[in-house]
Amino acid sequence: MHEMGIAMQIVEIAIASIPADLENARIDRVNLKVGKLAAVVPESLHFCFQIAAQDTPLYQADLHIEEIPVVAKCADCHVEWTVLEPVFKCGQCSSGSVEIISGRELDIISIEVVDEDTTDAD
Amino acid sequence: MRTRQMPIDMHKIQRYYHHKDFRKPSHSHAGNGVVTEPRKRGSREIKIVRRVLDVNDAIAQQNRDLFAEKGVFVINVMSSPGSGKTAILVKTLSHITQKIRCAVIVGDICTSNDADRLAGFGAPVVQVNTDAFGGDCHLAAHVIKTAVNNFNLDEIDLLIVENLGNLVCPAEFDMGENLRIVVLSVTEGEDKPLKYPLMFRVCDAALLNKIDLLPHLDYDRKTAVRNILQVKPGMPVFEISAKTEEGFNPWIEWLIQKLHDIKLYP
Repeated sequence: MHEMGIAMQIVEIAIASIPADLENARIDRVNLKVGKLAAVVPESLHFCFQIAAQDTPLYQADLHIEEIPVVAKCADCHVEWTVLEPVFKCGQCSSGSVEIISGRELDIISIEVVDEDTTDAD
Repeated sequence: MRTRQMPIDMHKIQRYYHHKDFRKPSHSHAGNGVVTEPRKRGSREIKIVRRVLDVNDAIAQQNRDLFAEKGVFVINVMSSPGSGKTAILVKTLSHITQKIRCAVIVGDICTSNDADRLAGFGAPVVQVNTDAFGGDCHLAAHVIKTAVNNFNLDEIDLLIVENLGNLVCPAEFDMGENLRIVVLSVTEGEDKPLKYPLMFRVCDAALLNKIDLLPHLDYDRKTAVRNILQVKPGMPVFEISAKTEEGFNPWIEWLIQKLHDIKLYP
């Protein structure tokens, strides 16, 4: 439900990351990692991103979302497993001391920038 | 269809970018963790590796530092709409305001109804209506940072934040709180913890409310508690009724003990 705010934040971070030496930079791809446990629906985020990107250097950008599985690790017997159901209990020793190794990501990994001037020169 | 239903304020977004000259960044990221890769045919990948919500996280940390400095213990109460957060807080305040100096921040999209219900216990109450922020579905750290300006933090021991009714979004936003409490009521499904695992993972205690209604419902409280503990093994679960106050003492004692443990009476 808060995907619009997240989309606007992505646009903001992406714009701030354009190197200063690029005069007419356009961002054509944003690479994002979203954990399966993050409170984000990728489909909604794509939709909101299209709107948030309008009238910005991201107006033609693709939002590429890599979904990250939920991986947990038992603090007692140190076994790691991929969590497919919402059960956070060690399958091996039944311990409830479980650490989430991955699955909560909501990270912007990189942007791919096209310098319009350079493209024209090519 | 979906596009028509999305409550998006286009004017807000247009205003948002109106003053931005986005082609000329105001600052360079050289030496700021950003690595520029060699250019390939007019395009290059720029590594960022940054949490999208890091601005919120940074403000939450400022809040946390401020609360620690002022000795204010903060709890964030979250649930779906209608689970009884406000009723629980009314009764909780009535139990503790004699002993503990409290303040409350109430988040709602609209109306000050909850703040009105919470007034009159000697605890200052601030209502935050998120429609001023675009109808947000959660309270974010910056909202709390602004709202606490309404209080004299030197005179507060416990700040209770009643979040918006929503089991999804508030789980993602740190506000700088010490404890997160999730409320589930017996008129909701027993499987809510399995449907909203993140919310139950990030919380420190669960309140199972409205147990006075159990005689009228086909509700299996054992299943509900088991589901909570599947998602968050070891989490304290308090079965309570905000109407009859059944089960309130263990909850209040636990809360006061947490205040003791963490800061108030070393």
